[in-house]
Order: sequence, then structure tokens, then C-alpha cells
Amino acid sequence: MGQGVTEFGVEVTSDDIIDTLGFFDGWEDRYKYIIDLGKELPPLAEEHKTEANLVRGCQSQVWLISEARDGRLFFYADSDAFIVKGLLAVVLAAYNGKTPAEVSAFDIDAYFAELNLLNHLSSTRGNGLKAMVQKIQAIAAQ
Amino acid sequence: MTLFDAQAVRAEFPILQQQVNGHPLVYLDNAATTQKPESVIEAIADYYRFDNSNVHRGAHALSDRATEKFEGARNKVAAFINAESSAQVLWTRGTTEGVNLAAASWGRAHLKAGDRVLVSAMEHHSNIVPWQMIAESCGAQVEPIPVDDLGVIDLDALDALLDERVKMVSVGHVSNALGSINPVDEIIAKAHAVGAKVLLDAAQSIAHWSLDVQQLDCDFLVFSAHKMFGPTGMGVLYGKRELLDSMPPYQGGGEMIESVSFAGTVYNKLPYKFEAGTPNIAGAIGMGAAVDFIQGLDRQAADAHEKQLLQSAELALNNLGGFRLVGCSPNKVAVMSFVADFAHPQDIGMILDQQGIAVRTGNHCAQPIMDQYGLPGTVRASFSLYNTQADIEALMQGLEKAKMFLA
Repeated sequence: MGQGVTEFGVEVTSDDIIDTLGFFDGWEDRYKYIIDLGKELPPLAEEHKTEANLVRGCQSQVWLISEARDGRLFFYADSDAFIVKGLLAVVLAAYNGKTPAEVSAFDIDAYFAELNLLNHLSSTRGNGLKAMVQKIQAIAAQ
Repeated sequence: MTLFDAQAVRAEFPILQQQVNGHPLVYLDNAATTQKPESVIEAIADYYRFDNSNVHRGAHALSDRATEKFEGARNKVAAFINAESSAQVLWTRGTTEGVNLAAASWGRAHLKAGDRVLVSAMEHHSNIVPWQMIAESCGAQVEPIPVDDLGVIDLDALDALLDERVKMVSVGHVSNALGSINPVDEIIAKAHAVGAKVLLDAAQSIAHWSLDVQQLDCDFLVFSAHKMFGPTGMGVLYGKRELLDSMPPYQGGGEMIESVSFAGTVYNKLPYKFEAGTPNIAGAIGMGAAVDFIQGLDRQAADAHEKQLLQSAELALNNLGGFRLVGCSPNKVAVMSFVADFAHPQDIGMILDQQGIAVRTGNHCAQPIMDQYGLPGTVRASFSLYNTQADIEALMQGLEKAKMFLA
């Protein structure tokens, strides 16, 4: 893949993100944290930013690739928008390094609701995040 | 000219009195849809509360009242655009359906292989795709009229494109993505000189000035109620009578027929020929109320107020630094489309939303012009007459914060 193993899902887990985001009071700290998460997410190499890997959203673009190693799934994602990229990191923290059964069993809506970010998963946002989650779930179901 | 009292008008819009994400709502997405004054909300509620009934066929008092209000609204809209007759005002679901109706029905009767349809390069998809669909079915072609870097239609290029094979020129009066006001008088005259018809998409202009279809001499005019303080799901297609008479019905069903038999069906007269099924009665009545609301305004003063808002916003944006205006036509409505050199438009929109500021981000359903400009989209702040200087100050503070977060 030519991509380093991302720390999200391995070193930073969904529980870590729930803990950290729960610690902040105002939206400003929360969004700063999400933007920082996005900056820590390794960018996808340009060669992977292809039409085939594009998850189409109306506003921003999201690219996603995946691989299976030792029965576990690893995802690599990127976006042209900062906040969406941070939200991708939030998603990958939940899914990376899990078995397909674990990915399928994970309740992403409950996770985003707990993070008070559920509106970003709604289809009205058109940010490609929901489409990416659906694509990850489809990969796990294969 | 009198000064426009934006605060007084604003008080008529209940939705604007709320907090969003802990901040007073700053609504700057008026090109997407305008908010509704109390009078429009009341007209719709009253219809359902007191008069709800099917129109044109009941033999009872409620139906008479509903029909009277429904046709009364048509008369108001006809007078509003100075149509020759109310029969030329067809109710639609909105601008998009208006273009689709004209393209499908007029196109079926009048377009053939080798014909050309011109649209501007900055049209909304609604004024491109319906023409592509009919063109594909009959072998005609849809071609763009070039638009320059400022967002101005190239009239010399239009001259070069026009020949006797051009049967239709379909253009927006105002660009939803950039705010450019197009020189429609010249476009209509040039199109007519080669025998082409003109459809004018007034979705983005109808809320701003009075339109007179006879003076404009457009062949079709389309617009939506919801962009002029009326309800969603409601709009108008105006057409010249000889064109509407020459067109086959768009949809079949009740209301649009004179008589039906298996030997052959006779269609109803205008406008009912194009209005199959039970119409959006509440929508029409709401649109009539929106016309009343607009007629009650000093439109010149409102226009001056909006222009002043645009000028002030563009100046403040330039002073912030890090932002660039997209669409700098010397002739614009109060639409400020811009990009940041440090973040994606969607990032800006999300940070503004957290501060209770509603703008639109994205390609504004105008991908061809965004592609031409090499942009993924823009942030669009669009002002209406109820916006104030305080809204602009809130927007600038919101953008400062976005810069702090993202730059």
C-alpha cells in the first residue's frame, strides 16, 4: 500500500477519543481537537487519490483504501477538507485493526452520538463521511 | 428615496428571532431559500384551517372559497410579472420543474436533430440538464455561452455562437453561484434576431426587482416561490401564449383534460392543460401572499439596502485577508461567493455554523463554472432585505475565528 500503519485504531482508540472529546466543554476546543486529529492522519499518497478510491460527497472529497492483514482490516483515508479529515480519523480510530466481524458489530451511530457529532454523519451534510462509513461496512461484509 | 427599515421588516420573520448553537441566528443563505414572513405563514395556515378543499370541481362553499383564493393568487402573480393574461401563468413545483416542463414540452414540439440550445457556462444544473435530456432524445445539441474570469457573459462569443440553427437560448437572470446580473435585454434581442426563443430563469432575481415579461420580451420566464418569501414546492412558468398553445401537455391526469374517451382525449385550455392532478393549493395561496408582501415594500429602497450590504461585506472581507472573492462582475446582486487560501469552503461553513451563521458551501449546483475556475466550491453568503450590518459584523467575526482555527 505504501502507507504507514496509522496510529488511529491502534494507538488512538475510539475510547481515547470519547475520553478526550468528553473532557472539552466548548465547541471551539472540540473542533480544534478534531482538526488536530486530521493533521495527525497521514496523507494518502497522490497515486491513491484516484476516481476509484473516491467516496463521493457533494461538498468535500474523501478517498478511502483498505487492506486485510492477518484477518484484520486496515483503512487509509484522506479528505481535501480539514474538519472532515479529522472526522475520518475519528472513524478510523473505531475501525482500524479490527476483524470484519468487529467492524460490522460496531455501532457507529452510537459512537458519533456519544461524541455529539452525529449531525456530521447525517446524509444532509453531504461531506462524504456517511458514504465512507457505508463503504467500510460493505468491505467488512465481503 | 426613503431609507429602508430592515429592522422593521426583520420583525415580520419569526424564524429569524431564534438562537442557533447558542448564538442569535445569522441567516445568510437567502439565495438557497428566503425565510417567510408571518403573513405568508398565516395565509397557508388559514387555508388549511378554514378553506381546505379541492379546487375547480366542488359543488360546495369550501371549494368555491379555495378556488377563488387559488385563482386569485394566479391573478396576483400574473399582475406581479405583468403577464398578458393569467392563463399564461402555469403553476409548477418550482424553477426546476418550470425548466423541465418548457424543455420537455416545447422541445418535443420544436426541437429536431441538428438544432442548438445555448445556455451560459454559469447556469445552475437545473438550466442545463433538462435541455441535455431533450436534446439527447431528438439529436439537438446544448452548448455553453462562455463566461469570463469575473463572471460576466461574453456577448461577443454569444454573437459568434448564434445562427439560425439556435432554437433556444436559456439563461439565468442572475447567477446563483456568483451573483452576476446578466445583460438579459441584450441576450434576448440577440437571440430573437436569429429567430431563437429565450427562457429566462428568474429564480435568483425575482426577490430583488420588479420583472415585466412584456418589457423583457422573454418567451418563457421561470421562478420559485420559496426564493421570494413564499413556500417551497411552488413556482411559475410564464410563457407567450402562442408558444404555450403550440406545446403538448407535459403530464396527463385530472384537471388537464376537457374530455376523456378511449376514442381520443381532448385537452383542457390554458393554463389547465399543463396542470395535471390536484395542484399545490396552499402553495399557490402562499405565493400570492408572498407577492402581497413584496408589493408592500419599497423595492427601490430594499434594493439599495441590499447593495449597501454587499458593498460593506465585500470591503470587510478584503480587509480580513486570506479570503478571495469569486465572481467580481461589476453588476451583482447581494451574493458574496468566496474562497479561503487556507482551508476548504466546507471547513469555513462548519466553523460558521457553530457560531449560528448560516451560509452555503459547495459547488452551488453549478459545476461547470466551478470547474472552469478550478475550484472545489465556494463559501456563499447571500443577503436579503432583512439582513443588517450586524449580520455582516457577525460574519466577519465568524470568519476571523475560522482563520484562527484553520490557517
